Amino acid sequence: MRIVVLTKPVPDPASGQERLGPDGRVDRAAAPAVVNGNDEYALEAALKLVEAAGEGDGHADNAHADNAHEIVLVAMTPANGRDALRKGLAMGAHRAIQVTDPALAGSDWLATVRVLEAVLRDLEYDLVLAGADTSDGGGGVVGAGVAARLGLPYLSYAATIEPSNGRVRVNRLTATGHEVLEAEMPALVTCTQALGAPRYPSLKGIMAARSKEIAVRALADLGIEPASVGAHAAGTAVLEVRPPAERGATRVLREPPDEAARELVAFLAERRLI
Amino acid sequence: MAGAVWVHGEVAADGSLARISTEAATAARALAAEAGSDAVGVVISADPARAATELARFVPRVLAVTEPLTADHAAGAIIAQRLASLAQADAPSFILTGAGPEGRDVGGVVGALLELPLLVNATSVGWGDGGPRVDQSAFGGKQLTTSHFARDRGIITVRANAVDAVPLDQPGTVEQTEATGELHLPSVSVVDRVASQAAATSIEEARVIVAGGRGVGGAEGFALLEELAQALGGVVGATRAAVDAGWIPYALQIGQTGKIVKPQLYLALGISGAIQHKVGMQTAGTIVAVNRDPDAPIAEFADVLVVGDLAEVARALLAALRARAG
Repeated sequence: MRIVVLTKPVPDPASGQERLGPDGRVDRAAAPAVVNGNDEYALEAALKLVEAAGEGDGHADNAHADNAHEIVLVAMTPANGRDALRKGLAMGAHRAIQVTDPALAGSDWLATVRVLEAVLRDLEYDLVLAGADTSDGGGGVVGAGVAARLGLPYLSYAATIEPSNGRVRVNRLTATGHEVLEAEMPALVTCTQALGAPRYPSLKGIMAARSKEIAVRALADLGIEPASVGAHAAGTAVLEVRPPAERGATRVLREPPDEAARELVAFLAERRLI
Repeated sequence: MAGAVWVHGEVAADGSLARISTEAATAARALAAEAGSDAVGVVISADPARAATELARFVPRVLAVTEPLTADHAAGAIIAQRLASLAQADAPSFILTGAGPEGRDVGGVVGALLELPLLVNATSVGWGDGGPRVDQSAFGGKQLTTSHFARDRGIITVRANAVDAVPLDQPGTVEQTEATGELHLPSVSVVDRVASQAAATSIEEARVIVAGGRGVGGAEGFALLEELAQALGGVVGATRAAVDAGWIPYALQIGQTGKIVKPQLYLALGISGAIQHKVGMQTAGTIVAVNRDPDAPIAEFADVLVVGDLAEVARALLAALRARAG
């Protein structure tokens, strides 16, 4: 089982300090970078699938993976974006590919899709997994775009992923339940929290990660013209960044429940919410 | 003159038009009016008739494309390929879709096939300097941005509850067509569809959400929230803690790695307001919190905070609502 996991370092949502700079780009100095939450579910799912496949043919210890069982992390990041990849390696991924190039600064979604497409064209895999969306962009469109460019079956919002005999079965979450999807591999699957909590890196994992490869690729390595990506080529531009309108002061009700409920009903009626 | 503004009409499980599409259609019509061009709805489905008729209440012209494959295949990529080839022929300037799972799948595939820029999760769509002006919210509403397309084409995904759906005075026309031509992307089979008992409406589209956290205490506690949600015409939501505890399904989780919602009323019961939850709901119209702890973080961004036991307050509120309804 060979799996590529697409990851993105994002400003740590738990820090509460994430912000955009005046140019509308993520201010990377404002908050530490971590692996995007949904990408960690993707990686955990990949680890479980590779472990299960390894047990099947007697190579349970994924630290000694051969070519048959491998997890490759792929990320497009600023030059200093290696720490988040290192954590993924400590969790158990075998190697990482970091695409970084000054010309990528300010890229739009299409540039991201083209970069990931180019990296994937050089890899062999059964599955590509990606988070269903990211906490800093949140568009939830990059996975679909990459699948379309590569002509891969696209299975989104996975709550379960079960490969078997060259096919993959996925429970796709919908607004009102789920669909059971099935497609040929290789395929691209976008991942949700329903797949299960990511493991913490073990001490052994952290030590092992130090010697794992993080291959660095620039645009020239991928055959992408620098002028076709980055802020100048972007199809969208941020015109303004502003703080949200202040909410009014909080009204605090400390009355006994019946009285508080009556006041609340009056408040809701006044705002035409009931 | 600018090209047309298209809106993708999403078909719900029962064959009706998804509400998010009525909102996106209203936004498309407003853009077309500004651009001096036409607003066109496109519904692509094995049985598009009902949704197409409903979409024609919001835009003057609707294409209903019969595509039998969506009956038993994952719809997103199939709809997107059909939409992309129609758009290649007719060259609309802008394509709008909802920002829910299907709209994202469709927007991503169409955008990649036609190499179009995307403005995602619009919280409002306006017009200025000859093109759309799209407001977005960053990091769950910590900051707001306004963006535009650098050139005169693009796709916009519109968040649920971002636009008030306004029907036309006179419904538009529906043109029936059959999907033709080969599909190039591999198809994905749907071998089963399973409805959960959890929710008939999408939590992202709900106008009222009654959400519970760790303070609810258990699955039984959520039964009371369900009653309250029904009395308010809303749906139940939850924090990650309540989902992790197994009291309520993940589909109803609000916050980071869950849903981002913008209901008119958000009633938060036993929710402290931790940052991971806040990013999913802080742009709600009105936030009412019930919490024992007057110093919980949610006190800082709620419009009303009721200090007290959530079950007692919820029961009292239910009684007061029922008394009012007579």
